[in-house]
Amino acid sequence: MKRWLPLIAFAVLALLLGFGLKNAGTKNLIPSPLIDKSAPDFNLPLVGQPEVFVSKADLLGTTYLLNVWGSWCVACRVEHPFMNQLSRSGILPVYGLNWKDEPDEAIAWLKQFGDPYSINMSDYSGRTAIDFGVYGAPESFIIDSRGNVRYKHVGVLNQQIFEREIRPLLATIEGEVSGQ
Amino acid sequence: MIVELGQLTLIIAAVLALAQFVFPIYGAWRNNQSLMAMGSSNAYGQFIFVSIALGILTYSFLVQDFSVAYVAQNSNSDLPIIYRISAVWGAHEGSLLLWVFIINLWTVAVTAVANRESSVLPKVFSARVIAILGLVSFGFLLFVIFTSNPFDRILPAPFDGVDLNPLLQDPGLIIHPPMLYMGYVGFAVAFAFAIAALLGGQINREWVRWARPWTLLAWSFLTFGIALGSWWAYYELGWGGWWFWDPVENASFMPWIVGTALLHAQAVTEKRGSFIGWTLLLSISAFSLSLLGAFLVRSGVVTSVHAFASDPTRGVYILAYLGVIVGGSLALYALRVPKMISGSGFTWFSRESLILINNLLLTVALSMVLLGTLYPIIADAFGMGKISVGPPYFGSLFIVIMAPLVMLIPLAAYSRWKQDKAGRVLGKLLVPLLISIAVTAIVAWVNDDSGLRTLSGVFVGSWVISGSLRYGIERFGKHKRFSLPRSEFAMLLAHIGVGVFVIGVAMVETTSTEKHLAMGPSDSYTIAEYQFTFKGTEHVDGPNFSAERGTFLVTKNGKPVATMHPEKRQYRNNQVMTEAALDPGFTRDLYVSLGDPLDEVGQIWAVRIYEKPFIRWIWLGALMMTFAGLIALSDRRYRGKTARRKEPEPAQPSSSSPLTDGSIS
Repeated sequence: MKRWLPLIAFAVLALLLGFGLKNAGTKNLIPSPLIDKSAPDFNLPLVGQPEVFVSKADLLGTTYLLNVWGSWCVACRVEHPFMNQLSRSGILPVYGLNWKDEPDEAIAWLKQFGDPYSINMSDYSGRTAIDFGVYGAPESFIIDSRGNVRYKHVGVLNQQIFEREIRPLLATIEGEVSGQ
Repeated sequence: MIVELGQLTLIIAAVLALAQFVFPIYGAWRNNQSLMAMGSSNAYGQFIFVSIALGILTYSFLVQDFSVAYVAQNSNSDLPIIYRISAVWGAHEGSLLLWVFIINLWTVAVTAVANRESSVLPKVFSARVIAILGLVSFGFLLFVIFTSNPFDRILPAPFDGVDLNPLLQDPGLIIHPPMLYMGYVGFAVAFAFAIAALLGGQINREWVRWARPWTLLAWSFLTFGIALGSWWAYYELGWGGWWFWDPVENASFMPWIVGTALLHAQAVTEKRGSFIGWTLLLSISAFSLSLLGAFLVRSGVVTSVHAFASDPTRGVYILAYLGVIVGGSLALYALRVPKMISGSGFTWFSRESLILINNLLLTVALSMVLLGTLYPIIADAFGMGKISVGPPYFGSLFIVIMAPLVMLIPLAAYSRWKQDKAGRVLGKLLVPLLISIAVTAIVAWVNDDSGLRTLSGVFVGSWVISGSLRYGIERFGKHKRFSLPRSEFAMLLAHIGVGVFVIGVAMVETTSTEKHLAMGPSDSYTIAEYQFTFKGTEHVDGPNFSAERGTFLVTKNGKPVATMHPEKRQYRNNQVMTEAALDPGFTRDLYVSLGDPLDEVGQIWAVRIYEKPFIRWIWLGALMMTFAGLIALSDRRYRGKTARRKEPEPAQPSSSSPLTDGSIS
């Protein structure tokens, strides 16, 4: 029996990897069941200002990018210069959802790498991220002025993806608003 | 046209790889000499065709053929020529082709050595080894051809290419992937030897002796490759860290841990005949973990900084491939591993028992890294929510596991095979113990804010170094001249490298100084006695980027130390890169990087300044281990008789009998 243990361990591992792969597949094929639906409600304190709460309703009226990040997330560091650049460009406001992070560490991190978030909410328990179906950080959502999720990107967002997928979408949203 | 020729050569190579597997494996089974001999010519043929394919892809980059999709995505008409060459392996498709090329390099080396007249490898055995390597290569060639063809065309061809990811436009990244792959793929040789031994039922210490120099060579490449990657991350990613426990880093580190365990287990099996089953299992595992790494990097199951543009269908293919190769070999292992515990017995305190502890601790370390890397998938599978395991988990657990391992090094090196007395060994290590206590005390005195972690790191590091030196001095004394066997010298060098590495880590992790500042022209700031004066920025243009280039004058006690030029680069594809400026030194690095401009006119900048004591020691230690591996495989028992005729090729199985060779200690 003992001699079969390595094979059994490998079989378990392979099953697990297969499962991960299935999920990786869905994450690419069906970006989010929330697309074109109303974004989940949330009411969260700001990072560094735990007494100030921001809710979904407060953010209606503007199309914004919601960036899920954490100071513990290495990929977020890679993405971060683009978030800074996007925020500076003024194309649309960039809001942060600081996911399962210690506020002190989040603040230190932003000091180090720059703070692109005009509003930065703290989702300490991760509850809101679950509602949003967050797969892993970083993740970015485009939420339109009526509070609908229009787009979701899993992983590092960069200029190419932005130009290819988000810029045309923003033009569409613009058209909808002026068409009304 | 020439590009289509590239596709054709890949298909021919795949056919040859299949032949390289089928004929010799059947020949070995039927004991048919001519079928067995076909493996060699197929291997040479495959090598030629894969080389042509790699050559054609390189040529497409050099002549900027943007009708090739892969070239268009990873090059640009302004890309400097050296990066056009490294762009060949800059993304998924080309790096896979490099993988195939490297397994062919190893196969050809093994084949050439096995076919020497002086070779002691039985023909049946070498035929099986070559066949297994053919199968490994065949699977990867199919992968390239069906899911990741680097020769796909795009029509109409774009006018210009997108550009190579700026992160990869760096000298360190030119040789990092080839070195790393030489290591990963090199474990395929030890794997093939283990499978050949299992297939032939020839499970004795002979095959370990044949496999050992190949394992050493692969391990040295992997050590060097990982060190290069860490060095690159340090200066290129711009936040001064040297290891991030990123899934892809872990993917390269796991084979290294098992490879290290394997080297030690092989020593026991070769010299004492014990641990044969365990050595077999480790040989299979080291290569299996290399394949697992390929899966993690290319399938998109984990989120990582370095992951390739991933694609689940590729993941399905690699998983199936893993199932065949790893599942098949572990099943073979279960069926064939010897039931009897072979080799000589040993008591609770002996070199064998200490190496056994080494292996246990390394296995625990491996399980920990594996668990942490896969934890997001596990948590997801059991609906435990989305949890990401960060550096705190790895960092703290790893120290707990590694500290006893490192502490045992001098004991194991000193103890005798079979049986020894703890008192005898400890008695000899009294002086090193006192030396390391003294060193720690001095560090504590000089640097009065160093914490427990620094001091214990310094203690452990100096204990390993002084213990190894003590052993070396004693052995030199015994031999009356400088004639330590190379394998022993290598062991000492590698262990001293571990000590140097540990000291480097302890010093960097706990005594680095780090400041984030807003600085305008002629502002200055002092950290750790170094005064940094910002002289402002100027605009410079590179071949495919434009940059703001800062100038910092660094002085210490009024004397100039360095002039540093960090840059903020904007590449043609709009990617912004931070190029940190470094002033390296043996006992400290100074590190400056530019953040973002803080005002409209670009006068005031967010600046990060670091002083990193002893960070070079981390890579110095890794380099010592690398060289130690190379020295060990040049030991005369691996060179055999031919070595005395000054044969240049170091890595070859011994041609002398293992039992009569004088250098066995």
